[in-house]
Formats: sequence, C-alpha cells, structure tokens
Amino acid sequence: MRIIVPIKQVPETNAVRMDSKTGTMIRDGVEAIINPLDLYAIEIAIQLRQEHGGEVIAVSMGPAKAIAALREAIAMGCDSAVLLSDKAFAGADTWATSYVLAKAIEHMGDYDLIICGERATDGDTGQVGPGIASFLDLPVASYIGKVEQVSNKTCRLHRLVEDGHEVLDVELPAVLTMVKEVADPRLPTLRGKQRAKKVDIPVWTANDIDADADKLGLAGSPTRVVKIFRPQVARQCEKIVAMDESDIEQAVDKLVMFLQRKELI
Amino acid sequence: MTKNKQEHSGVWILAEQSDGQVQRISYELLTRGRDLADKRSTDLTAMIFGSDINAEDLQELIDCGADRVITMEAAALRHFLVEPYAACMLKIIEDYRPEIIIAGATSTGRTLMPYVAIKAHAGLTADCTVLDIEEDTGNLLQTRPAIGGNILATIKTPQHRPQMATVRPRSTKPAIKQDSRVGEIIRLKAPAECLASRINRVDFIPDESEHGLQEADVVVAVGRGIKKGENLSLTEPLCGSLEAALGATRDVVDRDWLSYPHQIGLSGKTVNPKLYLAFGISGTIQHLAGMQTSETIVAVNTDPDAQIFNVADFGIVGDLFEVLPVLTERINKIRNSQ
Ligand SMILES: Cc1cc2nc3c(=O)[nH]c(=O)nc-3n(C[C@H](O)[C@H](O)[C@H](O)COP(=O)(O)OP(=O)(O)OC[C@H]3O[C@@H](n4cnc5c(N)ncnc54)[C@H](O)[C@@H]3O)c2cc1C
Ligand SMILES: Nc1ncnc2c1ncn2[C@@H]1O[C@H](COP(=O)(O)O)[C@@H](O)[C@H]1O
Repeated sequence: MRIIVPIKQVPETNAVRMDSKTGTMIRDGVEAIINPLDLYAIEIAIQLRQEHGGEVIAVSMGPAKAIAALREAIAMGCDSAVLLSDKAFAGADTWATSYVLAKAIEHMGDYDLIICGERATDGDTGQVGPGIASFLDLPVASYIGKVEQVSNKTCRLHRLVEDGHEVLDVELPAVLTMVKEVADPRLPTLRGKQRAKKVDIPVWTANDIDADADKLGLAGSPTRVVKIFRPQVARQCEKIVAMDESDIEQAVDKLVMFLQRKELI
Repeated sequence: MTKNKQEHSGVWILAEQSDGQVQRISYELLTRGRDLADKRSTDLTAMIFGSDINAEDLQELIDCGADRVITMEAAALRHFLVEPYAACMLKIIEDYRPEIIIAGATSTGRTLMPYVAIKAHAGLTADCTVLDIEEDTGNLLQTRPAIGGNILATIKTPQHRPQMATVRPRSTKPAIKQDSRVGEIIRLKAPAECLASRINRVDFIPDESEHGLQEADVVVAVGRGIKKGENLSLTEPLCGSLEAALGATRDVVDRDWLSYPHQIGLSGKTVNPKLYLAFGISGTIQHLAGMQTSETIVAVNTDPDAQIFNVADFGIVGDLFEVLPVLTERINKIRNSQ
C-alpha cells in the first residue's frame, strides 16, 4: 500500500503578523510546527503501512525551512518525504495550493491513498484535501473519524457529520481527511529522529512537476486578500463589581431585573 | 468559465435537505442571499439536490426570499455523495452561469464547494462571517477570521466566476416567511451521466448524545474558571430551570471535563441563543467567534479586565462559585412563583 500524506508547516504561536501589501503572512521569527491536525493523518498512514506493508510518503509545499516539518514526519515513521518549494508557489490560495500538490502527487506515480488533515490551523479552510481530490479526479471522504477495513481495492470509513456518522465504502485510490477522533498520534522515536537527520529529502520546483506557470502562486490564485483588520468587539456592558456576600446579593438582584426587563426569564 | 465575467449573473444558494426535508441552513442562506441579491439588483435562486424533495418545503424557500428554486433529483442523490453532487452542481454552473454561490460551512458544503471550485476554476472562501457587495465593481466581499481568529481578512475574487463562499451554520438568522411572494420552482431530473459514485454510503449511525446546544434559546457556558470537572454539577440546577444547554470553552473540553460536542468557538460550534451566560470564561477571540452574535450576553468573571466583558451586555466581576448558587436560587424562586 502506497500512501501519500500532505502536511503543512504552520506557525506555533498566535502572534502572527501579516504583510498588509500582499495580505500574506510574515513567517519570519515565529516558531514553526507540523499542522497539529496533520499528525492524525500521519498516524493513520503509519498504522495502515504496519498492517498492510508498503510505504508512507510525506509531502509539503512551503518555503525551504518547511523541510523541518518533513524531517519530523520521518522521525514519526514516514518512509520518505518530498518538499515542493519554488518562488513561483508563493502566495498561493487553496486553488493554487491544491494544484501544486496534485501535480506533485501525479509525479510520484501509483498510490492507494492520499491522507490529509481536516484543516490547517493557520489558513483554516479545510479546502485543500477536497481540492487535491478534484484535481486528480478521485473520490474524497472528509471528516473521517474511524478507518475500519482496508483492502487494496476499498476501505470502510466512518465520516463524522452534524447528527451522527456515516459508514462509507470508498474505492481506492481516494483522498481522505482526518479528524482528531481517529487515533492518538505517536511521538517520534530516537531511531526515527536519527534517521530523519540523515535522510535525503528532494526539493521539487515547478519544473520538476510539469506545472503550468499561470496556475501557480499568487498569480494562479482566483482569490485576493484585499483587507486585513483586527476584529472589533464591543457592547455596552453594565458591569458590577461584587466582592463580598452583600455585593453579590445586590449584583444578582440587578442581573435578575435586567433579565426580566429583557423578558429572558 | 472564467473568460466572460459578464455572462455570469444572479445570486445562488445551496439549500440542503435530509430525507427530503429542507434543512434550517437553507433559510439562513436565504437571509444572506436575499441581502446580496438586493444589493446587486439581481435574482436569488436556491438550488437543491436530493430525491423526492418535499414540495411544500420548496414553496417555503420561495416564501422566505428565493425568486427561483431549482432542484436536481434522483435516487442516487438522496444522501450527500461528493461526486454526483459535484457533477450536478457543475452542470448547473454550466447551464445557468451564476455570479455568486453561497453554501453552509456544513460537512456537505465544506466538502462539495472546494471539489466544485477546483473544476469550475472559481475562487472559494471558507467560513465567511460577513458577505457584502463592493459598490463600484459589484464584486463579492468575503470577510472571514484568519490565523486562528486573531485577525479578519476581507477577500474577493476579481476575475473568476462564479464567486463561491461558505458561511457557518447559526451565524445568521433564518429568513422568515413573507406574504404573497411569488417564484418559480423548476424540478429537474438529474442527468444520468452525473450520477456515478465511487463512494457508497452503507449505513448511518445517529448521534445519541445530541444535546441541542445550537437549538437552545439559553446557553450556560463554562470556562476554565470552573476549575474541575466535578464542579460542573453546580450548573445543573440553573440549566434545568432556564431550560438551557451547557456549552464550554476549548480549555474545558481539552481537559476532558466535557465532550467535544459542547465546545463553542472557532473550532467548535457557533451558537446564537437569546441568552448566553458565561461563567469563568476569559473571552479569547477564538471563543468569541462562536458566540458573539448571541442576542444578550451575561458574563461572570473574577478578572475585571477579562475580554469577555467587552462583548457582554451585563457583567458581574466576582467569583462564579459564589454568584452561581445565588443566581440559581433567585431564578428558581421566580420560576416557582409564576
Ligand atoms: C486555532 C485555535 C482554535 C481555537 N478554538 C477554540 C474554540 O473553538 N473555542 C474556545 O473556547 N477556545 C478555542 N481556542 C482556545 C482559546 O485560545 C483559549 O485557550 C480558550 O478559549 C480559553 O478558555 P477559557 O476562557 O476557559 O480559559 P482561560 O483563558 O484560562 O480563562 C479562564 C477565566 O476564568 C476566570 N476565573 C477563574 N476563576 C474564576 C472564578 N472562581 N470565578 C469566575 N471567574 C473565574 C479567569 O479570570 C479567566 O478569565 C482556540 C485556539 C486556537 C489557537
Ligand atoms: N502547503 C501545503 N502542503 C502540504 N499539505 C497541505 C498544504 N496546505 C494544506 N495541506 C493539507 O491540506 C489540509 C487542509 O488544509 P487547509 O485547506 O489549508 O485547511 C492540511 O491538513 C494538509 O493535510
């Protein structure tokens, strides 16, 4: 079984700055990690390989330093990794990101499964998994919380939806996106870490994957960020400080009156 | 599909059905869609895929703001399956050339819309909180939280059509029926070549623990200030007398004091009840993302500078362990005397 896991490197902290001209993130000076939800995708992929044999390949589109995320994936147990890095990829929205990942996966030859995280914590769209599937003309099963039987032709999955879960039989090859419930991600082993340090991770550019220049990066992205601003949240708050018992009695009386006035109780 | 922008017109929503019944999200989308269609001086169309969709429900889509309803029906469309749904939606895009398509950020919308947007070479923005029309260009302005909700970004799709967006369920009030609205209902049979699927839905297991957080008129929500899981029992009598559902912040869920379906916020549910009571919640931007549209917000927090007070209508700076019992007792008294 050959499994490809697209992973994204994301900033660790919430203190992210934005470039007001291009509307893209300034990544310098912020610690970067594997998108936490992608760890579940990696875990499931490794479990499937342990059960069925084969290989797990991690792939990421990003700047040169995203190689650190791929090394971490290898430390967890992925067999190999590929970095997709090219100036032309910069500023891609989910359309152009899905395009590059799909072209790279095509370039990797045969595969049985492509397993993504449900969403990335920075972009937070959850669009790239279905996007890759659409480019490759594959079925996509999103929000997978359980992987049951897997053969080389089909797999049985539980897909979490609003009011329960669907049991699906999906023909392979297919794209799956994983939610947290699916498994507990393992920690990297010492041996894994040593291997990760030494392993050669090829870097592919637009040329290597035969990508159409006009479908790449900002130029190839249908959407444009036109404005970035801090959310404004303000209401007129009637605020009462209640430190001792009698304060509290009074404050609660006022609250009850407030609620009655609004016909809420 | 992207060459002639002028050929695309009209605002469309993706209505959803379950067992032939039109779902609530459809009416929320009509509220958004009607507003956009009026600003753009154009028509609002609801498209819906399914099998044997209830005719009265379709009329209700018209009564609630649609100028036209277009269904595509076939047995294979009874439940959401990404390939046939996408093929049908692409057929509609090809035949009718909508300018704008909005869908719910549901498990269906969030899977179908990106699948379609790629093939239609359309721009798609997820989880929009505000949708508007840019005055001079007529472009759709899509505002969404980004980077974990720390900022808002306004996004547009200047060249490609249709312009596609999803909005979170419960972030808008459902449209209400208006008298004597007229509109056209077109029921189409889905083309056979659109129905192939490599996914087979073999079973559905309903969630037993459904506790109606999103339906409740009153939500009592707790944050880390509740200190430990056992203390949650303190909230039970209040929830009982207010018929409130219990919600929580992510910190509470991450500590396993409550299960994930209780989580409110950016990575949990969006609620917009008549009354939201927040106990021991600091009010981070990620939590606010899921509750700030509540009609009335009350907060209890020991920290006078807690952010939650910025969105509250009424606040008590005090210890929740002292305030909660007194409040519960007062409300019980009122309830019993009614
Ligand atoms: C990508 C991302 C997504 C996220 N999604 C969500 C989400 O969906 N929902 C969510 O909630 N969070 C989410 N978070 C987490 C969020 O950033 C905060 O960590 C979380 O909301 C804080 O929860 P809290 O208010 O319970 O805890 P804290 O911030 O620790 O606040 C506890 C509050 O309780 C008060 N308090 C303490 N003791 C008492 C007492 N005795 N009486 C009264 N008040 C007391 C304190 O003054 C404090 O204000 C997300 C974060 C990220 C990065
Ligand atoms: N730049 C990227 N490189 C590799 N995989 C990605 C990238 N962006 C997104 N993904 C994958 O797509 C999923 C959804 O991401 P998003 O649509 O950005 O929320 C992630 O969990 C990853 O599995």
